[in-house]
Amino acid sequence: MPTRNMIEAINDAHRVVMAADPDIVVFGEDVGYFGGVFRATAGLQKEFGKERCFDAPISEGGIVGTAVGMAAYGLKPLIEIQFADYIYPGYDQIVSEVARMRYRTAGEWTMPMVIRSPYGGGIFGGQTHSQSPEALFTHVAGLKVVIPSTPYDAKGLLIAAVEDPDPVIFFEPKRIYNGPFDGHHDKPVKPWSKHADSEVPDGHYTVPLGKARIVRPGNDLTVIAYGTMVHVALAAVEENGIDAEVIDLRTLVPVDMATIEESVKKTGRALVVQEATKTSGYASELVTLIQERCFYHLEAPVGRVSGWDTPYPHAYEWIYFPGPIRMRQALEKVMAD
Amino acid sequence: MSDPVTDPRRNAPALALHVPEPLYRPGDTPDFSGIEVPAAGSAPRPDTHAAAAETHPLTRGLVRVLDENGRAVGPWDPRLDPERLRKMLRDMVTVRAFDDRMYRAQRQGKTSFYMKCTGEEAIAVAAANALHPDDMCFPTYRQQGLLVARGYPLVDMMCQIYSNAGDKLHGRQLPIMYSDKPHGFFSISGNLGTQYPQAVGWAMASAIKGDSRLAMGWIGEGATAEGDFHSALTFAAVYQAPVILAVVNNQWAISSFSGIAGAEQSTFAARAVGYGIAGLRVDGNDALAVYAAVDWASERARANAGPTLIEFFTYRAEGHSTSDDPTGYRPAGEAQQWPLGDPVERLKAHLVGFGEWDDERHAALVAEADKEVRAAQKQAEAQGILPGQGFDRIGSMFEDVYADTPWHLAEQREEALGEARVYLGRDAS
Repeated sequence: MPTRNMIEAINDAHRVVMAADPDIVVFGEDVGYFGGVFRATAGLQKEFGKERCFDAPISEGGIVGTAVGMAAYGLKPLIEIQFADYIYPGYDQIVSEVARMRYRTAGEWTMPMVIRSPYGGGIFGGQTHSQSPEALFTHVAGLKVVIPSTPYDAKGLLIAAVEDPDPVIFFEPKRIYNGPFDGHHDKPVKPWSKHADSEVPDGHYTVPLGKARIVRPGNDLTVIAYGTMVHVALAAVEENGIDAEVIDLRTLVPVDMATIEESVKKTGRALVVQEATKTSGYASELVTLIQERCFYHLEAPVGRVSGWDTPYPHAYEWIYFPGPIRMRQALEKVMAD
Repeated sequence: MSDPVTDPRRNAPALALHVPEPLYRPGDTPDFSGIEVPAAGSAPRPDTHAAAAETHPLTRGLVRVLDENGRAVGPWDPRLDPERLRKMLRDMVTVRAFDDRMYRAQRQGKTSFYMKCTGEEAIAVAAANALHPDDMCFPTYRQQGLLVARGYPLVDMMCQIYSNAGDKLHGRQLPIMYSDKPHGFFSISGNLGTQYPQAVGWAMASAIKGDSRLAMGWIGEGATAEGDFHSALTFAAVYQAPVILAVVNNQWAISSFSGIAGAEQSTFAARAVGYGIAGLRVDGNDALAVYAAVDWASERARANAGPTLIEFFTYRAEGHSTSDDPTGYRPAGEAQQWPLGDPVERLKAHLVGFGEWDDERHAALVAEADKEVRAAQKQAEAQGILPGQGFDRIGSMFEDVYADTPWHLAEQREEALGEARVYLGRDAS
């Protein structure tokens, strides 16, 4: 089976869906001739023509707004916002238009589009290339929010997102585009080629939206994570010798609560991990859901690991980024309580 | 001697902020004689394939067809047959009658909100008559004339206004925020300007698929300050999208006059110059000029000659909405002073002028439109008015958020039905 890193898997997903459906158009800043700054759309313009993969003006509001019109026409836009940090100029179109169109027209118009965007830190990107704004979108009714953590999932989830009838925000953890990451920034990143999840089949397959994955079974604690944090959590669990069950959410909305609930009721302890700033993050929602549904099974308060409530720094990035130390302290606390 | 490094501003004059003010405020006597109104027929009509730059002088003038005597003059005369003219007149009269009835319905507490388009009827009606029926419209909230002109049932419009059992939008939208795909009318948004890049995107999609249909978008002059206006023009210019972008300059964005949107410095049509696309500034109270401009722009777009920005110069004769009292910020009677007149009266005078209409027939038309609107209102109200809504089909509130209802919404639906059961003392649906 071919081995692909995450960016190659995403690129391959584009090829699969574009070949299957002539109504899919791909556009965004630099995505056409050059193939995107991260190369996610490399070769697509050459293969599918300029009318199906093209460069857009630097106008995220324009990119999303025109995508709304295209979806109204009957096309399926698969658009790239170059960095999640740049999504804000398009936020009004996403929140007020894309998310609500099906509802406000009682299904007369739908918005089957995917908005892809690299997100998260760990690449020395400073404030404007490192944010994790997923909670801003999980709060919006009508959107689905998907975040893969492996090349296999990235391709399967992206194809499922394109085939989904609802608009999907697809955040790609750019820290692990080229290889998994265990939170030790001073250690070399292992290439995806040495990882089982880099075996990415050719052709069409999907990973269903709304279904989490138990990455590591365990009995004493449930660790819930998504994106880059799945790998940070896994490494921390292994390094600390805890028999923890690690769940990769894959989809934040709709979240697979059944898997979380079953696991937490089994282990009696839960730790939620996000890279985003702490206050009102998606982890807060997960903690509440667990409290609402598993309270009488809990043996300790639900723990939470996150970035700090500061804008994302440049020089102090490795103090901001949730890593082995924060993970160890949180694991110790939730296990000791 | 002062040190320019440590004290660089010692002799610099104080800076002053310029906040534009309209010419007249309540209590003043409006006098619009200073507004330049070029003679009808004086604007040249470039070939529809002309370079965009050839239109740019027209972005500062005013394309007018109907003169003071109601005669159609000059190169922009669309030479419409009397049947088409009578249809446009009928559409405009119907819109006015509809507005009046729905305004009253709001005042009677039958709905929450209404927005009239008095004085601006020609803009939507003549545009709809100039477009092909399957061209796509991305309107703002004062283009009810598009639906009327395209034959959308008045009853359906009213059911939407009442959020009643006949409302195809299931009571989810404000009154007047219509949506109808078969009539090429895109869902209206309360967030201003969002429809502009959407119109461009639809037009781009039409071009991508090798279709022949085009899109037309509308925006108010106030909303041209939104970023979406500029991204729409950028995308339209870059991809030469088959789109017509209209700015309805009706002088007032609620209480802010057009100067707050930049009208003191330039015309809105002249925004086309910077983007290198065709631009026209048109008398919006002249149904023939509106028709001619949209017809010109659609021929241009259909021939892949590029997009057109059209400013329709008009005046919002009524308040912004039923929630607005314009006497608080502008003189009463301004609309009557407006130098471009009443679009209905002007089109009527034109038809009368060449013997295709008369006062009797006009009075009969007004009475007929009123009767039609009243009949529709009766039919709509038989299906309910807004105050009576809210407890039937509560479960539907949770539909259409997604294609399939996810678990969390299904749970919340049950919670809501439980609440309603307690509140109503019976099962709700």
